[in-house]
Amino acid sequence: MGESVAESLVSEQNDITVIDPDPERLRALEDRLDLRGVPGNGIQPSVLRRAGAADADLFIACASLDETNLTACRVAKTVFGLPTTIARVRSDEFLEGAPLLGKEGGFGVDHVICPEESVMHYVHKLIEYPEALQILEFSQERAHLIAVRAAAGSLLVHHTLAEFKLLFPQAPMRVVAVYRQDDEVDINSHTRVLPGDEVFVLADKDKIKEILSAIHKDDRPVRRVMIAGGGKVGLRLARSLAGQCQVKLIERDRRRCEYLAGELPSDTLVLCGDSADEELLVQESVGEMDLFVALTSDDEDNILSAMLAKRLGVRRVISLVNRRIYADMMQGSAIDIALSPAQTVIGELLVHVRRGAVAAVHSLRRGAAEAIEGVARGDARSSKLVGQRIKNIGLPEGARFGAIVRGHGADCQVLMPHHDLLIEAEDHVIIFIPNKHQLRAVEKLFQVSATFF
Amino acid sequence: MNFFGPVLSVLARIIIVFSAMFLMPLAWAWRLDALALQQVWLRSLGLTLAVGLLLALLTKNYKRELLPRDGFLLVNLVWLVLPALSAVPLMLAIDGLSWTDAYFEMMSGFTATGATVLSGLDRLPVSVNVWRCFVQLIGGLGIILLVVAVLPLLGLGGIQLYKAETPGPMKDARLTPRVAETARGLWVIYFLLSGACMLAYHVAGMSWADAFMHMCSTMGLGGFSSHDASFGYWNSPLIESVAITFMLLSGISFARYFIVWRARTLRSLWRDLEVRSYGVVLLVSVLAVALVLAVNGSQTTLLGDLRAAAFHVVSLATTTGYAAQDFSLWPVFAPVLMMSLGCFVSCAGSTGGGIKMVRMILLFKQAKRELVRAVHPSVVNPVTLGRQVIPASVIASVVAFMMIYIATTIGLTMLLLLSGLDIVSAFSAVVATVNNIGLALGVVGPSANFGVLTDFQTWVCTVGMWMGRLELLAVMVLFVPAFWRK
Repeated sequence: MGESVAESLVSEQNDITVIDPDPERLRALEDRLDLRGVPGNGIQPSVLRRAGAADADLFIACASLDETNLTACRVAKTVFGLPTTIARVRSDEFLEGAPLLGKEGGFGVDHVICPEESVMHYVHKLIEYPEALQILEFSQERAHLIAVRAAAGSLLVHHTLAEFKLLFPQAPMRVVAVYRQDDEVDINSHTRVLPGDEVFVLADKDKIKEILSAIHKDDRPVRRVMIAGGGKVGLRLARSLAGQCQVKLIERDRRRCEYLAGELPSDTLVLCGDSADEELLVQESVGEMDLFVALTSDDEDNILSAMLAKRLGVRRVISLVNRRIYADMMQGSAIDIALSPAQTVIGELLVHVRRGAVAAVHSLRRGAAEAIEGVARGDARSSKLVGQRIKNIGLPEGARFGAIVRGHGADCQVLMPHHDLLIEAEDHVIIFIPNKHQLRAVEKLFQVSATFF
Repeated sequence: MNFFGPVLSVLARIIIVFSAMFLMPLAWAWRLDALALQQVWLRSLGLTLAVGLLLALLTKNYKRELLPRDGFLLVNLVWLVLPALSAVPLMLAIDGLSWTDAYFEMMSGFTATGATVLSGLDRLPVSVNVWRCFVQLIGGLGIILLVVAVLPLLGLGGIQLYKAETPGPMKDARLTPRVAETARGLWVIYFLLSGACMLAYHVAGMSWADAFMHMCSTMGLGGFSSHDASFGYWNSPLIESVAITFMLLSGISFARYFIVWRARTLRSLWRDLEVRSYGVVLLVSVLAVALVLAVNGSQTTLLGDLRAAAFHVVSLATTTGYAAQDFSLWPVFAPVLMMSLGCFVSCAGSTGGGIKMVRMILLFKQAKRELVRAVHPSVVNPVTLGRQVIPASVIASVVAFMMIYIATTIGLTMLLLLSGLDIVSAFSAVVATVNNIGLALGVVGPSANFGVLTDFQTWVCTVGMWMGRLELLAVMVLFVPAFWRK
């Protein structure tokens, strides 16, 4: 996990030091990425000092053990007074903001990230909206960015974006990108959406169902789910689906199975066996499933079992793929959705890394593109956004305004950008960035110039 | 003697502690009975104390930690010897009572069964009725538990005894780090509830003596009464509702109250699957019986049907065995349903008898598990209770228990049939004693009592009560040759 975090931070020109007990691994990492490795135990002050903790801005503890991460954060806070600490915590008993994690007498953890929880949430969203390829939340879940594959015969396919508004006036939406056979299509109002296109749409949360069915087809809701792999993610997912779907969970290790059976409600079937065992899958009538999710820790197993499940007739298969290259290879082929856990977490992590008033950052297409949500702060003099009309704001090449969320709580509204829209202070602005390298430039837009103070 | 020595040494101390129990009837006799009766209780106290001291003297050289095996032996001995000692005053106080009947009566008391061989209860001296009922209070929660609570004499072996005596399939859950602490906590709760029960009875219209006696037999889920007509003597809806309330409370595990008390929330009570099933089964049964009575038209009003159904269903299902009227005259569905409820409704760790609700739940879950396995051969679905996986060994012991339970019921019924009893009386008498219900059908039905049985039949029933109270396995283990091998 640390490796992918480091990788994405390096690519944004940060100075990174990685601490790991294994010098071999560090050397390999140093060779591959532009960062420094310090061998040793991250909870020892001497090691942290050597790594330069004294003048670091951010400390991320993402070892596999909660104990290590919590202790390391406390040491970093106490000994070196690090301004921001982030700990990966797997247990759900340590919640962000709890006094236990606080500065005074707590573990000194500012933010908590839990990859298992993120992946679970991600998959859960996909189950809620079975037509979507990816669903991202902005502005406290008010606005959603969805990726959906255009299907032949649906309402909006074979129409231009300009026609969308006429054909489908009930749901305001904003198409921010279209990918055709893995290449981005340069879009303007005359772009025609063809079957097979991957369309990224921003819209109000309440309208998502309608939009999905207009671009894709109206899919049956997911009722039967088979999960391969009863690890932490599998368990969390199965638990969250209980009562909502019929769940079958396949796990190889018998003792783990017994544990799972105790943790899960009795209507969840825990099956002991190999998820790539055709006989087992057929026996459990995998063809009747609405969704197959492969969540083991092994990429190859996940890919193979997902492909097999698809072959045996599952409507949709999702596979957890850690290696990005595999994920790119598999997505859209035999596997409907290849999701890489690092990407789902890094979005969360990046929010804390970003300067300025960034509220959310999400990776799209497994890290190739990003969507960023920022808060327009300040006034017409100090801000580059507030008081400007959309047409007058210069975005980097390819970047596009998604939506603007105005107001707070229940009475906030999602506005679709048009040329004359005036941005007000405290608006949440969502911007789509097709190329990661332009991120910095977009971030600068949200920064308030010195006169603000 | 090496084998028995340590066990007898502990037994001696238990007898000495137990002799203090005679102070209770003595106190009542002091106020309400003739001088001769005070003599009876004093003599019994002296005799028991003497037996205890003598045994202690004989075994004073045998002191070692009790082994699990000793635990079983001790529990069995306690439950055989103490009824014998307490039967002595009964024989002294009641003219012409045979040894067989006196022992039966006391066994019925200690095991909180409530089957009686005596008639003319209303004419018995108060202190005799107090004694009959009082042993139900002690026996209900457990003699050993009481001893463990008041005397730290058992040391580490305490938990073994506690396990052998406490009903239920899973006894490893310690409520407190120390067994004595647990035992004390359970008795405190028991006595607090008992006090409330006695007060409620008195307020509802019983005399203090009756309130005390019925409190004892209600809390122990025994069913002895000081009146031949039992609750029919009062025919008061208020008194019956007090009885229903406290019978229901006693049918739930006292360990559960302990947890509720400590957590200071009632939520864990309802969260417990056993308690929930207990509630649901009883509610459905009451409604079913009320419906049958209403259709049959035996009572005057619908409310009367409901009252009769509630009282008798709860009384039999919790293995108490009070009667307010002769329910054997009801449509046969009702008494048979009520008897069968008595076989399993009480919760483990309560003062009730029978199979216990939790065992039934485990068996149901095990059966369901096998059915699921037939459809999904590779499924892993251990039996769970709450969110706890029940080990296969517990399920196996429940199955073994059921096996022995059925064998015992059939075996004892056969013996009664052999002795010439009719099938309804024989079978219902065995069910009533093995499950510690106390009320049977046929010749030993609610309008009669166990006094009509021959000596042989009485002994069969006595054995049934003893085995039932110690949940069969603790008794059966004595008959396994391996138990006696060194």
